[in-house]
Amino acid sequence: MPHRTFFAFIFPSILAMVLFITLPIVSVVVQSLFVQHEAVLITVENCGPFGCENETRVDTAAMERLQAERPLGQFAGFSNYLNRNHLAFDEIAVILSDNDGLSDIAARIFNLPLYKALIFTLTFCFLVTPLAMALGFAIALAVNTLPSFWKGPVIFVSILPMIITPLIGSLILSWMFNPSGILGASLQSLTGDPTLSLRASPVLTWIVLLVYGVWTNGPFSFVVFYAGLQTVPQDTVESAKIDGASRWEVIHHVIIPHLAPLATFVALVQLMDNFRVFEPIVGFSAEANATSLSWLVFNDLVGQDSQLFGSAAATSVITIVGVLILLAPVLRRTWREFNQKVV
Amino acid sequence: MSVASRRPAALNALILIFLALWIIAAAFPFAWTVWGSFKVEADFFSRQSWWSAIEGTRTQAQTGSAFTLAGYEGAWVQNEFWKAAVNTLIVTVSVTCISLTIGTLGGYALARSGYRYAFWILIAALIFRAMPHITLVSGYMLPFFQLNIWGVLPTTIIVLVAINQPFTLWMLHSFFLSIPKDLDESAMVDGCTRFQAFRMVIIPVMWPGVITTGLFSFLLAYNDFAVTSMLLSQDNQTVVPKIASFLGSIQNEGNVMYAVAAVVSATAPLFLLVLFFQRQIVSGLTAGAVKG
Repeated sequence: MPHRTFFAFIFPSILAMVLFITLPIVSVVVQSLFVQHEAVLITVENCGPFGCENETRVDTAAMERLQAERPLGQFAGFSNYLNRNHLAFDEIAVILSDNDGLSDIAARIFNLPLYKALIFTLTFCFLVTPLAMALGFAIALAVNTLPSFWKGPVIFVSILPMIITPLIGSLILSWMFNPSGILGASLQSLTGDPTLSLRASPVLTWIVLLVYGVWTNGPFSFVVFYAGLQTVPQDTVESAKIDGASRWEVIHHVIIPHLAPLATFVALVQLMDNFRVFEPIVGFSAEANATSLSWLVFNDLVGQDSQLFGSAAATSVITIVGVLILLAPVLRRTWREFNQKVV
Repeated sequence: MSVASRRPAALNALILIFLALWIIAAAFPFAWTVWGSFKVEADFFSRQSWWSAIEGTRTQAQTGSAFTLAGYEGAWVQNEFWKAAVNTLIVTVSVTCISLTIGTLGGYALARSGYRYAFWILIAALIFRAMPHITLVSGYMLPFFQLNIWGVLPTTIIVLVAINQPFTLWMLHSFFLSIPKDLDESAMVDGCTRFQAFRMVIIPVMWPGVITTGLFSFLLAYNDFAVTSMLLSQDNQTVVPKIASFLGSIQNEGNVMYAVAAVVSATAPLFLLVLFFQRQIVSGLTAGAVKG
């Protein structure tokens, strides 16, 4: 295809991506170097029936003028990245130089917002992805043994947790885990602890969020692995059995190697999706016990009259760097394969 | 020689138990919430026993019947959920149509170009696909405020189309690869321009791929919370942010049930979608994977 035709065809697509993906990334980087204006204070004399007193308040008119002149706020260099709400190097240095052992370090680092979010995001990413894949693989193997009449309905039900809007799915589960919901109440009576609730127990919050993650991610692995199972060469399976392989050995030595490329694909997609975990935090109102990088950005932006664009942008840039690190192995491999193809 | 016939009974039982547990885990939350949405709050969130949610004792006492539509009425009529539903319809349909139009053009070009830059565009799309949407949103907010285009539906539609493009391009690209090149090339030998060949020869055989990709574009627009909640003003909210805003005002008695009813209402279209397009969804999910 000649260059001209190619670009004519792809132009609208590229334009959309440049305008609304590339430029916002640039905009985020720029914004992260600014902080919002400091409040302009004025002192007014308030005279009432009981005499006069001086009152200091925010000069809204002056603020608006300032905002209109320099909408980005004031230039702050890297201070957005370094403050307590982000990388917090100073605080970390203090913690490392003066502490009571490892658990103290961990507890205090966990109190820094960005690290708290980062720890949860990574835990979620790296626990949910393999667990969901294992669950999906198990369901795929099980569904594959069913008579074909039952396969359709079972697949239908299995897809639901994946197709559901993340916010809605997490709301549905959070109502069930509410202390007066069916699962929350059952948990309380099972453990004999009448105060057990998501709000009160960080451990339970984490577990429930992870359970939600596996519940909603499992079906994707299931569908992909199930499709992969249909392409397993039956000759190999048969000959392995004739050679005396047990059921488990067939799975281990024939089926799993056959599905390995699919597993890499599933792992990649799910790691990318889980790294942006966000809606469950809102749906479960889990922010007191668990936050994620995406949620931090959301939280900075959602304030009605004091949106912290600079702070949100700094977190965004850190998140984007995280995504790139996560993708690095894949990109390197693709790059190598591509070079081999060309040479 | 059937594999199933040689499976020991114990293993069969184990498989069935496992599947039954999974089906309960997958379906029960939905069934329970649909059932509970017709009850009053005191039943669905019963302090005493979850049995009252099944029998609806309080619902009986408060409304005189075991089922009530109070939640739905509160959500759809009092809180104008219908407005949000109309907005969602506008947003999802527009996003799907625009995404598919520019996506098929782009995907076709990528599949038919042997040049190096096509590969780089695909890699860039892969990186863009991995960007958390909320990080992009934080880039939009300030410029959109400045340009005074924040809060309206068209802005959100365009943003969702753009965020959707990387995925659409990848998917349609792999569908186009599966269509033999000879098809459009022979059309061009017969005197078609590239665009005529695309429109009259390729698109007619591409409908399955286009429909599958369209389903996923629809799902992305429908399920989105990050973009719609940040970029739409109160009046223009779509369904998902609307539900989130119900939660903000939960103190009033009965408001939780509005949210429950709204959630059930928002789930229904997804349910129908899976019911009618299960085959396309499954094939779409596997298309990218199987082709590597």
